[in-house]
Amino acid sequence: MRRRPAWPRKAADVAVKTVSALAAAVGLGFLAWILVVVVRHGAAALNWTFLTSLPAPPGGSGGGLGNALLGTVVMTVLACALGVPVGMLAGVYLAEYGRGTRLATAVRFLANVMMGIPSIIIGLFVYAVIVLPAGHFSGWAGAVALALLVLPVVARTTEDMLGLVPNSLRESALALGAPHWRATVQILFRACRAGLLTGVLLAVARVSGETAPLLFTALNSPYWPQSLSGPTANLTVTIFNYAMSPYPAWQQAAWGASLIITLGVLALTIVSRALARERK
Amino acid sequence: MTTNPPPDLAPPRPAATTSPSPDVPAKISVRGLSFHYGAQQALFDNSLDIPAGRVTAIIGPSGCGKSTHIRVYNRIFELYRDQRATGEVWLDGENILAPGVDVIELRRRVGMIFQKPTPFPLTVYENLAYGLRLHYRVKGAELDDRIESALRAAALWDEVKDKLHRSGSALSGGQQQRLCIARAIAVEPEVLLMDEPTSAIDPVATSRIEELIVELKASYTIVIVTHNMQQAARLSDDTAFFYQGRIVEFGSTTDLFTNPRQKQTEDYITGRFG
Repeated sequence: MRRRPAWPRKAADVAVKTVSALAAAVGLGFLAWILVVVVRHGAAALNWTFLTSLPAPPGGSGGGLGNALLGTVVMTVLACALGVPVGMLAGVYLAEYGRGTRLATAVRFLANVMMGIPSIIIGLFVYAVIVLPAGHFSGWAGAVALALLVLPVVARTTEDMLGLVPNSLRESALALGAPHWRATVQILFRACRAGLLTGVLLAVARVSGETAPLLFTALNSPYWPQSLSGPTANLTVTIFNYAMSPYPAWQQAAWGASLIITLGVLALTIVSRALARERK
Repeated sequence: MTTNPPPDLAPPRPAATTSPSPDVPAKISVRGLSFHYGAQQALFDNSLDIPAGRVTAIIGPSGCGKSTHIRVYNRIFELYRDQRATGEVWLDGENILAPGVDVIELRRRVGMIFQKPTPFPLTVYENLAYGLRLHYRVKGAELDDRIESALRAAALWDEVKDKLHRSGSALSGGQQQRLCIARAIAVEPEVLLMDEPTSAIDPVATSRIEELIVELKASYTIVIVTHNMQQAARLSDDTAFFYQGRIVEFGSTTDLFTNPRQKQTEDYITGRFG
């Protein structure tokens, strides 16, 4: 038998290595570029006043985005308070109670679809069912829209994480006489707590940078949020408005807001990565 | 649960071949047990009596239904939607497969040890406290005492008394398995089901667990599934040989290993197949 020559195999290896390394470099390069641009433009805007005071009037200088920062934090926390418990319970149903049932298959499919729906459509939905009947924009509507984005992510993460817990652990908790819900909450959740927390943090990271669902719901406001019943200031819509404005101070503020969001998401991602590593 | 069942609840008279030792009362009486995984039948009309206060071994080649059989005794198979058991399993005169049985209480009375040690992701102490708190109102010094005596009964106390508040999964494999045994006996069961409890454990730790099983025999009815025939011969009073979902032979361990009545049993224990 004639031996197959080695050089085509070696050449293919080199080619694949080179192309994949290039692709990785391109991806990383753009990420680095984005970070550099955001930091370069945004760093100048960041200072204590920027984080704590109201925006400057159009054309004025100084001021800050304290109200928008507060509004974003409040709405994100509220979105989690609404979306995380429901999402987790849905995930528990999918992974524990509903395994193999048609309802679970349907719920899982819908959660997947919901994750894929463009967020602007979630915004329009909440506009139609909350903002229009209420007659005004509100922070509550914004929080609901964000919660609808959190929900499927948390549900699927919870299901996946519970699915990774070995059946032997589930069986030994049940075999000891634990009711299924206690086994789930006290043993299985603990076994996958890092993964669950990672899922929640990634969901938070995702919604804290969303603009589209807030455009028709929370809108924006130049004032401190007094209550969530009216239009509520937030970072992302502020970026959207200010970046397009003709005033240099506002453009500067938009860069500052971008930097805050970028750093926040980066921090959440790093924390969730660290937690995921601890799991192993 | 009643200890003296009304006559109409009493299990039917055992067929002569189902009980290895008619003089010892049966703790568990299985009658006509069949089992399905979806459309596939795994157990066919199993009937036997597990004598009280003794060690019963279940042997047989892989896939013969040994584990499936004992997983009916605590109804743990019900976790899986496609698994189905029919027939009767009488525990002290109560058919545990009947509707309305309190599964939580059943599982307190019938503990289970699995092939792989499965410590909960908790401390050693909390691993035991978990089961105790499920079934009893117990706390403080009484809880401490219960935990200590369970760990002593599982021959683990001396090794872990200084690590009670460390993670249970930090123990060695053999220690983890004894922790699982301690956890199971802490809730004061009557029956212990052991599903190949030493197959994931090294030989030295295995012999410690075997010694432990012999000690536990005084207090519990033990059913052990094993694919290690020496282990069955060393540990058990009675042995059932399963093949393809059927009970081929059930008798005292000495008889079954020295003088098997069935050709299939003889072929298996002499290593001709399996």
